[in-house]
Order: sequence, then structure tokens, then C-alpha cells
Amino acid sequence: MDAFVNLIALTLAAGTPLALAALGELVTEKSGVLNLGVEGMMTVGAVAAFIVAVNTHSPWLGIAAGAAAAAVLALVFAFIVLSLMANQVATGLALSLFGIGLASFVGRDYVAKVIDGLPALHLPVLSDLPIVGALFFSYSPIIYLTLALFALTQWVLTRTRAGLIVRAVGESPPAAHAIGLPVIRVRYLCVLFGGLCSGLAGAYLAVAYTPLWAEGMIAGRGWIAVALVVFATWKPWRALAGAYLFGFVTLAQFQVQAWGTAISPQFLSMLPYLATIVVLTLISRNALTVRLNAPVSLGKPFHPGD
Amino acid sequence: MNRAEALFACRCANSERWRTVLRDNAQYGMSPMGMDATHSLFILPRRSEAIMFTDNEKQTVIPPTHATPRYNIKFLPPFSPAFYFAVPAPSSDSKRLVPRLSLSGISKRYPSVVANDNIHLDVMPGEIHAVLGENGAGKSTLMKIIYGAVAPDTGEIRWEGQPVTIAHPAHARALGIGMVFQHFSLFETLTVAENIVLGSAQRWRSDVLRQRITELSQRYGLPLDPDRHIHSMSVGERQRVEIIRCLLQSPRLLIMDEPTSVLTPQAVEKLFETLRLLAAEGCSILYISHKLDEIRALCQRATVLRSGRVSGACVPADESNLSLARMMTGSDLPHPKLHPVMRGEPQLVIDRLNYVPDDPFGTTLTDLSLDVHAGEIVGIAGVSGNGQSELVALLSGEKQLPVAQQHAIQLCDAAAGALDTQARRNLGLAYIPEERLGRGAVPEMTLTENALLTAHRQKLVRGGLIRFAAARRYAQETMTRFGVKAAGTHALASNLSGGNLQKFIIGREVRQNPRVLLAVQPTWGVDVGASAQIRQELIDLRTQGVAVLVLSEELDELFEICDRLAVIAQGRLSPLMNTRETTPETIGLMMAGSFIAAA
Repeated sequence: MDAFVNLIALTLAAGTPLALAALGELVTEKSGVLNLGVEGMMTVGAVAAFIVAVNTHSPWLGIAAGAAAAAVLALVFAFIVLSLMANQVATGLALSLFGIGLASFVGRDYVAKVIDGLPALHLPVLSDLPIVGALFFSYSPIIYLTLALFALTQWVLTRTRAGLIVRAVGESPPAAHAIGLPVIRVRYLCVLFGGLCSGLAGAYLAVAYTPLWAEGMIAGRGWIAVALVVFATWKPWRALAGAYLFGFVTLAQFQVQAWGTAISPQFLSMLPYLATIVVLTLISRNALTVRLNAPVSLGKPFHPGD
Repeated sequence: MNRAEALFACRCANSERWRTVLRDNAQYGMSPMGMDATHSLFILPRRSEAIMFTDNEKQTVIPPTHATPRYNIKFLPPFSPAFYFAVPAPSSDSKRLVPRLSLSGISKRYPSVVANDNIHLDVMPGEIHAVLGENGAGKSTLMKIIYGAVAPDTGEIRWEGQPVTIAHPAHARALGIGMVFQHFSLFETLTVAENIVLGSAQRWRSDVLRQRITELSQRYGLPLDPDRHIHSMSVGERQRVEIIRCLLQSPRLLIMDEPTSVLTPQAVEKLFETLRLLAAEGCSILYISHKLDEIRALCQRATVLRSGRVSGACVPADESNLSLARMMTGSDLPHPKLHPVMRGEPQLVIDRLNYVPDDPFGTTLTDLSLDVHAGEIVGIAGVSGNGQSELVALLSGEKQLPVAQQHAIQLCDAAAGALDTQARRNLGLAYIPEERLGRGAVPEMTLTENALLTAHRQKLVRGGLIRFAAARRYAQETMTRFGVKAAGTHALASNLSGGNLQKFIIGREVRQNPRVLLAVQPTWGVDVGASAQIRQELIDLRTQGVAVLVLSEELDELFEICDRLAVIAQGRLSPLMNTRETTPETIGLMMAGSFIAAA
């Protein structure tokens, strides 16, 4: 039983950064903006969170700083693609490269530093219950936050006027503009939300998951998050499932490495990425689901003046 | 402010002068505040707007920034004493004869063109007023100005006698101006109710909204299911959604932009009934069209535009189609004539064609059969979205059938179903697609380069290298022979007007001496003069012995040029009929699918 509880806990922990980043990108893409800078925003979020946590000794301030730093980066991206109408793909790629480089630069002096990571939730009585306590009440607060954000996003997107507006703007900006919706403002807000989520994901990695800073620690999770959104056909719960699948396979391959098999560890490290994409490709083959959920205007700039 | 507070506020006010108002409108999310004998004032929950009701029916939304001397409304804190005395009775002598909308001296210049030049236009309450003109005459710019999407350079707009500046579409809607667009502004992946919610300034409870949609659709004969997704609806049904969306705002001026271009004749008649009912209730209608019969049947007055100026104002019922067309174009139109021609061998044969599209929103084609002979024009009528795009893709070769079914399409006696576009063109097919930019021509390329795209067979390429001099000559000759107005062969396709580009594309195809010509909506969005020329070109081809197949939504056009006609509906094709032996009414019924039930 302990092994099972452990497995669940570690799966959630490993899947959470991916889930957060994918959620942010999902909302961004729903509004019709393709932000390929997730990897860069996550890296900047991670380094900012770590630096602030080291200097203030407060992991929570670190988390806030990580989210804020990535949000600033997202705003820069939004200004370039929404106000200056630059190409979204090129700008996103540049943002990723810039973010990774910037993080290496400012994080140079922090590589060997140690911090106290964000403590896991501990509720009196509840967390001490056998099994139930470990299974439900003992995770990092960010994990609960992630689940709550998913439920909230799903609800907003499908049940509220705000969600309706985001979907409308993503499907047809000219039509949305014609009926008087503020297309550019909606897109700004969605990109900003994406930045906050990416930053949170990076901060979680650097402050809670593995409390340290190392170059390349995001390890392509940002790119997987972008792929996850597409393969999840822009449905939040599918993105969440995909993220936890990624987390699960990550753990499984660690386990296999620990057994000391003859399979090369590099090959094993590749498996989570491969498995996530294969499974999601298989479930996203329904053309109607894709047509109904894909934001038609994805990646296309919109000029309100026309 | 909640309901109880509103009640309390009303009770506090002088009951002699104010009546408590809790009409059914309260449930639509507005907090009623009170009214005098003839006017009621509703303060919206956010207190940024107020709604004034007169005659118990019509409403004006008054944004706080909008000067409202006529009603003398001041936006005051809801519970201040002054608030309750802020609404005096309006001056009762406000004349009925004030135009609902009055434009004077409206001009709009763009860098290269004067879109509107000194336009005057009055629309009276309850009037159906036509705005008539060719493409590019400035109709759509004028409508955009009225709807607040474009700001005029000079001129004055008066709304119910008051000068206004309409800054954006939301403001126009708040004044009571609704617009039904030619290309609908609907979201395909959302439901009817969701689309309507989005277009509405108010917040709706979903059950109340559903009830209102059902009420309106019954009252105006526009059946609609609020929960259907737009992508599963026909064009006519989509238009109903647009109209209901406007009616929900209780508009006092409804702008209809080419509303019938996508409808069957029967649906047009239905739409006219709805519009007449609306006008009888006092709503003014601006009806934009270039279809002269419709305007004569529906509209009380017409303003005719030509190259940005008002070229005439008239009562359409007193005019003939000919005199209206003369006002529109400034000259008489040539009328094409069909001389009998010896019909030759079948050149294009469709034999029991079945096809299931990959696209889940596409139309499945069932058992289509058709033959087009040399020296005849065959027309396929139908409302778009009934399988035309699938059929055209299969005929042009953009989509190919499996080899086992290649005999379902025969071109010039060869099984062509599995051939690609190049092979079919080599057999003698020419194709004029519906989308001029993107299919017929590449917008960012020059006319010379666009000519090369299909005319490279005319020895314009040698050993894989382009012979630019020959290509330029080909483009130049095409322009001269077909009267294409452009800056030269180096002009970009995207810089040509619709009519000129279409003439160029048709010229490019025709000059390659095809044996079969496939033309889809050849005159869509093309002005009247160019349309007449294009139809004449098609007829000339027929005379030379080419087999011509035309798909069009314009029945008038098909009846003018076709020897034989078929109708496509729900992915099925009716038997071919001789044009002389049928009528537009019969075809209209078939477009709605009558032949399928009979079969």
C-alpha cells in the first residue's frame, strides 16, 4: 500500500509542472495566440523563484517572484505579437531562447546554493490519518493549486460568458470584433495567464520539486507542454491526464534505472516524452473533436482596423 | 442594486408622479427604478447605462457619456434625492416626421479612392429603404459608417433628430441600430444561444434567453433551436440566427446587407414577410442589394449610389429594372443572347458518383449523374453548402477518387476520376474556381506570374526555365483582349478589383482553348458590367463548341445562359431539365430538396 501511495504522490509531483504550463498555454491558444516561449518562461520562472527564495528564505515569495517574472516575459511577447503584429512563431521561439539564456546568465552564482524547499501541506489530524492522510492531504500546496486551477479553467471556458468570449476570439477575431468584443485585450489577458502559469510551473520545479537551480533543469518540459495542448485537442482534462501520464512514465523509468538494467539511461529518459505523445496522438484522432475544439485563428495576427 | 432595493427606492419616491415598475423586463437582468406616465427608466445593474422605454415597447439604451438633452437624464447616484426627479416627461410635441436616421454630406476618402462623396440619406420610421449600387459603389463603406465601424471624414449623422457621433458598433447597437452582415459574424463551434449571448450587451440568464429566442422566432416566423451548433446549420438558418440576434435588442433601424444572396426564392419570400412585419411595427430597415426585382417588390424608397455619389433617389415600384440599372451603372447593359448551337458529343460525364468527405462538416455526395456536351452550357443551381464544394473538388482534381471508381468522372472520353489536376488540364479541362484570391490566383504574385500558373502549357516554359518575355506577352494579351483594368502585367493580383481579376482568370483559362470549362460562381461579387461581359464570354465559348459547366447560386444568371439545368441539394443531384421548360419557382422548390422526397 505504501508503494502505491508513494507512486501516486510522485506521479502528481512529476506531472504538475507540465500540467501547469500546459494549462496556461491552453488558455493562450484558445484565444488564438500561439506562444512557443513556454520553455523560456518556465526557465525564467524557475531562476527568479530560486534567487528570491535564496535571498529572502521564503519559498512562497520565490513562487510569487517566479510567476511574476514569467508574466513580465509574457507581456513582452504579447506586446510584440499583439500590438506590433509580429509573427507569433518566430517571436515565441526567440522568447524561448532568450529566456533560457537570461536564466543561465542571472543564475550563474546560484548553481550550488541550497534552500529549504516549499514544505508539503500538513493539516493536523487529517494529514496524519493512515493512507488517507498520505493520499489526499500531504502534497505540496502547488499540486492542490494546479488541480483547482484546472477545475476553474474548465468551468470558465465551458460555462461562463468570459470563456465564451475567449473561445469566440480564438475562432474568429473579425467576427468577434464586428460584434464589439475587445479582441486584443482578451488576447493580452490570455497570454498573461499563460505566462503566470508557466512561471508557476518553473517556480514549482526550482523551489518545491527539486529545490535547486541548474542550467537546463526545465529539460524540454515547456516544449512538451505546447505539444500536450495540441494533442489534448484543447481540452483541459485531457491535458491534465497527459501531464500525469508523463509524470507516471518519468517515475517508472527512474524505477527501471534503479533496478540496474542494461538499457541505456538516456533511452529511458526519453520514454516519458515518447509515451505522452504516442498516447495523446492516438486519442486525438477524432476529426470532429479537433474541429470543434481547435481555435481556428491560432497563430494568425489580427488587425482590428480592417 | 437588487430587486428589493429597487422596490424600496420606488416606494420612497413620490407615488403621485412615479409608478413602481416591475415589468417582465426586470427578469432580463435590469433593475427597474421607476417611470412617469409615459416613460420608464431602467437602470442597468452596473449603473453605467440606463434604458428608456417609450410606448411600452421600444427602448433606447443611454450610455452615461451620451448627451441626452431630449430626455434630460442625468446620471446620479441611485439613492440621492435628485435622482428621482431627474426624468421629466419628454416634450410631447416631438413630431412623428423626424427621420429615424438622417445622413447629410457624409464623405469618406481612402488613400487611393473616394468611397463616399457627399452622401445624403433619410430613413423614416417604419420605412424599408433600399440602398442600391454596384460593387465598389460605396454601399458597404456607408453601412460601416452608420454602424460605427468606420468614422466619416466629414458630414453629420442625426439619429431621431439628434446629431450623434457613432464611435463603435457597440454604440450603434446601444442607439438601436442592428446589422445583419452579408458574411455572417457567427462562430461555428458555438451554439445558437451562445452566439446570441455574445452579440448582446446585456447579461442573460440562459432559460430566459431561450424563452426570448423561442418567442421571437415564433412571432417573426423564424424557426430556430437555441441549442444547435452553427456548423450544422444551412446558410438560411444562419441568417435567421443573425436576425434574431438583432431583434433581441429591439432595434429601431435594421441594416440588411445583401441578405438574399444566399437564399432560395421561397426563403426570400419568407424573409420579406418578416421584414414587412418588422416595418409595420415601426422598425426602419435599410436594405442593401443589387437585385432589382427584390427592391421593387419590397422597398418603399431607394437611394442609388454610383462611384461613391448618390446618383438617384426614387420610388422603386415606379421604376423598371432597366431604369434602375441605368441609375446604377450610368449606361445601358448589353443583354446576352443564346443562339441555338449544334450540340456535340458528351465531353464531361459524371456517372453515379458517390463520395464521403474527410471533413466532418462536409456534405456526402450520393449517386450524382450528369453529362455536359460540346456546345452547351449546363448549370447546377443550389444553395451553397449542399455539396457544391465537394463536387467541384472532385471535378477539378483537387480531390481524387480511388482508382476503382475512376470511371465515375469521364473527361473527353477518358476515365478521369483518379487523375490529378495537371493530368485533367492536359486532357482539356479549364477551371475557374469560386475563390478568386487563393485558388484562382495567388494574391502576392504579379499577373505575369499568375498567368504562368496554368498557362505554362502555352510554351511559356522551356526546359524548366521560364520564358519571361513570352509570359508577359501572354498576360498582356489576356488583359487587352478581356479589358482587364490594372497598372500593368507587374500588378499584384491582390490589387485588382474582383471584376478585373475574374476577367483576367477567365481570360487566362479561355485562351488555352479548353474542351471543358468548369466555372464556379463566375460572377460572384463582380459588378454588373463585368458580370455581363463574363456571361457573354461563357456563351461565346459554347458557340465555339466547348462544354461548359456552371455552378451558381444566382438563378437569374443560370436562366440567362444555360441550355440545361440541374439542382444540387443535400448532396444529391436532380435530373437535368431544359431551361426553357422550367421556371425559377420550380427550381427554387427543388433547391429546398423537393426532388429528393419525390425520388
